[in-house]
Amino acid sequence: MVALTPVERTEPSFYVPVVAAFGALAGLFVGTAQGSSLLGILVGAALMGVIAFVLTKVIKDERRGRLALLVALAAAGFSMGGIAAGIIGAAFGWFFGWMSFWLYESRYRQHLVPYLTPGQVLWHYTFRVICGAILVFLITPIIVVMPLSFNAEDFFTFTPEMLRFDPAGYSLKHYEDFFTNSDWQGALANSVKIAPAATLLSVAFGTLAAIGLSQPHVPFRRAIMAVLISPMIVPLIISAAGMYFFYSRIGLQGTYIGVVLAHAALGIPFVIITVTATLVGFDNSLTRAAANMGANPVTTFFRVQMPLILPGVISGGLFAFITSFDEVVVVLFVGSAGQKTLPWQMFTGLREQISPTILAVATILVIISIALLTVVEMLRRRSERLRGMSPG
Amino acid sequence: MTDSTMTPDEHRRADEAATGPMLAADGRPLKVSLNRALRRQKLRAMLLIAPLLIFVLVTFIAPIADMLFRSIENQIVSDTLPRTTSELATWDAETGEIPPPEVFDALFKDMFIATERKAHTRLGSRLNYELTGVSSLFRKSGRRVDDMGEVYQDQFEDLNDFWKDGENWSALMGSDAWRSSMSDWDGKDGRSAPAFEPRSDVASTLPETVAIYREFVDFVLSEDDNPLAEDPWAVVYAALYEDLANGADVSAVSGAGAAELLEAEAAASNFETVDYTAAFADVDKDWHSIEVWQTIQTYSPDFTSGYFLNAVDMQKTPDGPAMRPDNERIYIKLFIRTMFMSLVITGSCILLGYPVAWILANLPARTANLLMILVLLPFWTSLLVRTSAWKVMLQQQGVVNDTLVWLGIVADDSRLALINNQTGTIIAMTHILLPFMILPLYSVMKTIPPSYLRAAKSLGATNWTAFWRVYFPQSVPGIGAGSILVFILAIGYYITPEIVGGTTGTFISNRIAYHISSSLNWGLAAALGAILLAFVLGLYWAYDKIVGIDNVKLGG
Repeated sequence: MVALTPVERTEPSFYVPVVAAFGALAGLFVGTAQGSSLLGILVGAALMGVIAFVLTKVIKDERRGRLALLVALAAAGFSMGGIAAGIIGAAFGWFFGWMSFWLYESRYRQHLVPYLTPGQVLWHYTFRVICGAILVFLITPIIVVMPLSFNAEDFFTFTPEMLRFDPAGYSLKHYEDFFTNSDWQGALANSVKIAPAATLLSVAFGTLAAIGLSQPHVPFRRAIMAVLISPMIVPLIISAAGMYFFYSRIGLQGTYIGVVLAHAALGIPFVIITVTATLVGFDNSLTRAAANMGANPVTTFFRVQMPLILPGVISGGLFAFITSFDEVVVVLFVGSAGQKTLPWQMFTGLREQISPTILAVATILVIISIALLTVVEMLRRRSERLRGMSPG
Repeated sequence: MTDSTMTPDEHRRADEAATGPMLAADGRPLKVSLNRALRRQKLRAMLLIAPLLIFVLVTFIAPIADMLFRSIENQIVSDTLPRTTSELATWDAETGEIPPPEVFDALFKDMFIATERKAHTRLGSRLNYELTGVSSLFRKSGRRVDDMGEVYQDQFEDLNDFWKDGENWSALMGSDAWRSSMSDWDGKDGRSAPAFEPRSDVASTLPETVAIYREFVDFVLSEDDNPLAEDPWAVVYAALYEDLANGADVSAVSGAGAAELLEAEAAASNFETVDYTAAFADVDKDWHSIEVWQTIQTYSPDFTSGYFLNAVDMQKTPDGPAMRPDNERIYIKLFIRTMFMSLVITGSCILLGYPVAWILANLPARTANLLMILVLLPFWTSLLVRTSAWKVMLQQQGVVNDTLVWLGIVADDSRLALINNQTGTIIAMTHILLPFMILPLYSVMKTIPPSYLRAAKSLGATNWTAFWRVYFPQSVPGIGAGSILVFILAIGYYITPEIVGGTTGTFISNRIAYHISSSLNWGLAAALGAILLAFVLGLYWAYDKIVGIDNVKLGG
C-alpha cells in the first residue's frame, strides 16, 4: 500500500516545541544522572529547540547539519564522561538531527494515507514506539548476557572498566573456564551423548506415526493424537515425577537409557506436529503414481515421499533435539550424577555456587540457537516452495 | 411408476434386481472389495502408528499412571504391621481405652520383624506425615524391641543348650525334604532357594512359632545366609512360649527336638513372662496414647485418600475428613497463588503480545519477517539462558537496578527488590512465555483481511469502534489459543520460579519437587501432581475444543 500524500514543510511553531519536548525528556535523564533534574529539563528543552530551528532555518543543508550535530554532541558527551557518554551523545545527536528534519519536511506523513487526522498520526507512531519497546523487552535479556560473559571480574553487572570500553575490563576467562573445567566439559559431553540419541528415537518413531496419522482412514485418530501430543501438554514436573517413580521400579532411573527414553518421549509431539503439518500438503497421487510404475512401498517411501517431507522431518528433529538439549527438569529426576547435562550444570550453578561461567555458556547456547533458528527457517521456506506455496 | 418419479436409491435397487450387485474387476462384489481395501488401509495406518503409540504408552503414560497410583497407595502400614493392623481392626477408639493386650503382642512381633528388615523407620516416617512424633517413636522402639524378646530366649537357653543352636531349630521346624534341598542349593546359576516347608506335626502343634520361623527363613535367605545354620530371632522364642502357654499338645511331635519340647512345656508354666502393654509404655509412653493408635488404625487400609486430603489441607479424623488448623494450611494457598500468578502472567502476555502480533501481521512481509526474528530468537533460546539472564538483570546489583540508579530514578540505597519474589517470577515468566502468545495471535491476525477495518472506517466508525467491533472479535480465537497455551505452560513451571522466585514467588511444582527430592513424601507429591494434572488436562480439553490439537503451530 503506497499512500501518495502530498507533503509540505511544517512551521517552526510545530516542530520546534516537539523537538524541545523530546529534548526535555533527554535532559531529564542526563540531568538526574548529573544531579539536577529540573536544570536538565530546562537546558535540554532550550538546547534542542534552538538546535532544531538552527538546523532547519539557518544551516538548511541536511547532511552536513546532522553530521555536525552528531559530532558536536558526541564530543560533548566524551568530555563529560568518557567513551560511553560519547556514544550516548552521538546517539542523541543522530536522533535529534533526524527528528528535526523528519518533522520539518513532513516525512512522517509521507507513508500514511492522506485522510488521517493529526491524532491518528500521533497514535500511529506511539503504537510503533510501544511495539518497539516490547520487542526490546523480548530481546534485551539475550543481548545483555553476551557482553557480560566477557567480564574480567566475577561480577554479573557491567563494571566501570567495561563501560569505559577499557580492554582491561574484558577477558575470555569465563570461556577458558568452560573449556577447561571438567564439570562443564563432562556436562557438555553428556548433553552431546543424550540429545542425538533421543532425537533419533523420536524422529524414527514420530515420522512413521505421522505418516500413519495422515492416512485418510485412521480409527480413533483424535484419541491417538491426544496421547501422542500429551508429553508436550503435561507439566514437566509431573512427567518428571511419574518417570522418577516408574523408572526406579523398572531399574531405569539413573541410567543413560532411562534419560534417553524420557527425552525421546518429550520430543515426540514436536516431530508429530511438524511432520503432519508437512504431510497436509503432500499429494498422495505421487505415491500412487510410483506404485503404478512398479515401485514397492519401501522404494516409494525413500525415493518419493521422504525427499518431499524431509524439511518437515528435519525441523521436527531440530525441535526434538533442542527439547532434549535444553531439558533440565526430567533429567534432574530421572538422571543421576553420571548423566549430568549442560542445563543441569547451569541450573545447579544458578541455584548454588553462582559463577559467571554460566554467562559464557549462555552466550554459546544463544549462538547455537541462532544457527538452529536459521536452519529451521530455511527449511520451512524450502518446504513451502516444494509444496508450491508462496514462501511466507 | 415411471422412471422420472424414482429416487436414485430406487434406481440402484432396480438395477441390482436386474443385473445383480455391481462387481469389481476380480469378480467380487464391489462393496466387499471396497470394504476390504478400506480395512487394509486402516490396518496399514495402525501398523505405522503402533510402534510410537506403544513407545509413548510405556515411556510416558505408564509413569503418569504409576504416579496416580502412588497418590492413593498405602500398603506400607499393613505390609509392615500385618498382625497389628488385623488385631486393631476391631478396636474402637471411641471407648477411650488403649487397645487390648493382643494388639501389643502382635505389635511386638511385627515391630521385631520390621526392625530386623529395617522397615520400621520407613513406616515411621510415613506415619509421621500424619502425626508428628511417630517417626522417633518407631525408631526408639526399634532399638528396644530386641531386649523384650530376649527374656524368653534367655529362659529357653538356660533350660537346655539345645535351644542355643540354629541347626537344632531348623531340624525341629523344617521338613526333611526342605532341609535336604536347602543344603543342596548353592545359590548359583540363578535358581531361587527352595521355599520353606515346615514339618507337618510341628506345623499343627506350634502354628505361631512356625509362622514366625517362616519369616525368619525368608529374611535369612534375602541376606544370602544359610537358614539351616542361623540362630533364630528372639521373637521366635517368644512365639514358642506363646504356643506352649496356649496349651500346645507337644506330645504329638516326634523326631528331632521332641524331648526338648516336652521339657520346655513342663518348664514353661514357671517362666517369667513379659507384659508387652507395659513394656511398650516403658519404651515410650506415647504407645499408650489413643492418638497414635488411631493414626495406625486410620491408615491400615491398602488404599487411602489421605494424601489427597493432605494436598487440599485436610486430614483424616475419626469423624471423617476435616480441615487442618489454620496455621497448617499451605497447599490451598499455594494452589491459589499458582493460579493467580499464572493468570497475571497470561494477562501480561496478552497485553504485550497483542500489539506486537498486530504490527507483525500488518507490516509489509519483509519488515515483518525481520521483526519476527526478534520473537523467534527468544523462543529458540535455551530456557536456562533466559532465566539466568533475568537472574543477572534483576539482582540488587544487577543491570536493571544499576541503570535505574544511574538515571536517578531510584536511590542507590533503596534499590528495587526485583528478584526472589513474585515480581521476579512474573517478569521472567512473562518474557519466557511471550512468544507462545505472539505466535498463535499472529497466525490468527494474518487471516483477518485489513480491508474490513478500512470498510468500517469508511462507513463512519471511529478508530476505536472499528477496532473493538470489527477487528477484535475476529482476533479472539487467537487470544483464546494463546492464553490457554500460556496458562497451561505457566501453572506447571518449575525452573524459573525455583531460580528467581525465592520463597514467595514459587509455584505448586516447586512444592512437588521438594516432596520428591527432600521430604521424600512421594505420596503427597503424587497427590499434588494428580490435582495439577487434572487441572491441566481440563484446560487441554478446552484447548482441543477451541483450537484443535492438530492446529498447534510451532514457529509461525
